[in-house]
Amino acid sequence: MKYLDEYRNETIARRIVDELGRRTTRPWVLMEICGGQTHTLMRYGIDEILPRGIELVHGPGCPVCVTSLETIDKAIQIASRSDVTLISYGDMLRVPGSHSDLLHVKAQGGDVRIVYSPTEALKFARANPDRKVVFFAVGFETTAPANAMVVWQAKREGLTNFSTLASHVLVPPAMRALLAAPRNRVQGFIGPGHVCTVMGYREYERLIAEFRVPIVVGGFEPLDLLEAILMLVTQLEEGRAVIENQYVRSVTYNGNLLAQKVMAEVFEVCDRKWRGIGGIPDSGLRLRPEYSEFDADRIFGTEGVTADEPAECISAEVLQGLKKPTDCSAFGTRCTPENPLGAPMVSSEGACAAYHQYRRLAIAGRANH
Amino acid sequence: MNLPKSVARNMCLAIPGKIVSSEMHSGIRVGRVQFGGIERDTCLDFVPEASIGDYVIVHVGFAISCVDREEAERSYEALEAMGLLKGELESEFENS
Repeated sequence: MKYLDEYRNETIARRIVDELGRRTTRPWVLMEICGGQTHTLMRYGIDEILPRGIELVHGPGCPVCVTSLETIDKAIQIASRSDVTLISYGDMLRVPGSHSDLLHVKAQGGDVRIVYSPTEALKFARANPDRKVVFFAVGFETTAPANAMVVWQAKREGLTNFSTLASHVLVPPAMRALLAAPRNRVQGFIGPGHVCTVMGYREYERLIAEFRVPIVVGGFEPLDLLEAILMLVTQLEEGRAVIENQYVRSVTYNGNLLAQKVMAEVFEVCDRKWRGIGGIPDSGLRLRPEYSEFDADRIFGTEGVTADEPAECISAEVLQGLKKPTDCSAFGTRCTPENPLGAPMVSSEGACAAYHQYRRLAIAGRANH
Repeated sequence: MNLPKSVARNMCLAIPGKIVSSEMHSGIRVGRVQFGGIERDTCLDFVPEASIGDYVIVHVGFAISCVDREEAERSYEALEAMGLLKGELESEFENS
């Protein structure tokens, strides 16, 4: 049992790093797409134990970070209505909109609630027929099937007081946009393990054919990520560019077909604006016309809301792997998780928040020794 | 309906848990899934192959894949061996 022994053995991480050192002959820039992976890398200091020359840059895979400013403004406008209960995932409440955030709406008497699962929003709607219940549905392909499922259920049950402000984003188009950018530095990707659990990894073959960039679908534990990095560096050193799957315990080539089916039933692909990055063609999911009765944007007349993103911080460069959070002059001073200037400082999956939580302690720890 | 902040916060995160029971609710198969010592209601409609005793990977209350028992335990044992499991569960389910 190769993996069993490796995972039991505390020295495996060091062995992988040693092996990486032997295989690395020149510098490589690798990007992890998913914010959950960024969090693990920072938490365990993996970027700091890699051989010199292997640089990790952090991708845009933090749903809270990339939800557009105008979408946040729409949510704030809807949540401010006295007849509405707006329900979302925790961190969305603290993301700065143009003038306010959902937490302020809540403090001023707005009915804004946090859930762990969209099914709780549906339950609340069933139990409170006098409230207009709006689920603020953000997230990548991992989250979209769950959000699709509750809309599908609401339609089947004929619920008339439930709707969703849906702003889903898709990973492969964002990777294409990063790779096509003139300033791109990324030479290999750690693919998002839970996105691929749902979608499989077929779609990524097209990116490889187009850009000749290796992609290794990775998991979320420290050894998953170290192994994925080793697989990527091995490909790069050998001049190969293929898709490989490190996260075999969850990811299959075709993904979860039932989850994909409900997504396709409820949502359709659309162009999407990403906070800090801008518009990316075919990079979002919106409700299909057959589900327009559940479209909060239409119901509450917020379709025309637009917002200009202020040059508040360097999050655009951070989300594209061009800069590190610590390159920002506001990092840890004028911008903190308690008072975020930009969205990546809000979510624990945001690169800035991950650096703030773990890297500052590490720096302080070193200073004390 | 509110869960601890840290549970709601990690949207990308999906973690393995063990199905301890399952029943139909409004046409949906809902299971109680155990994560360490904590249980959560979880929709099992995307993993019809999963049955009681199986491990599933759960994201925002939905099981998105069924994992091999050996694979799931392998992860836990590996984390435990590295002294990481306790911290991992605390960060996900603190105060619950």
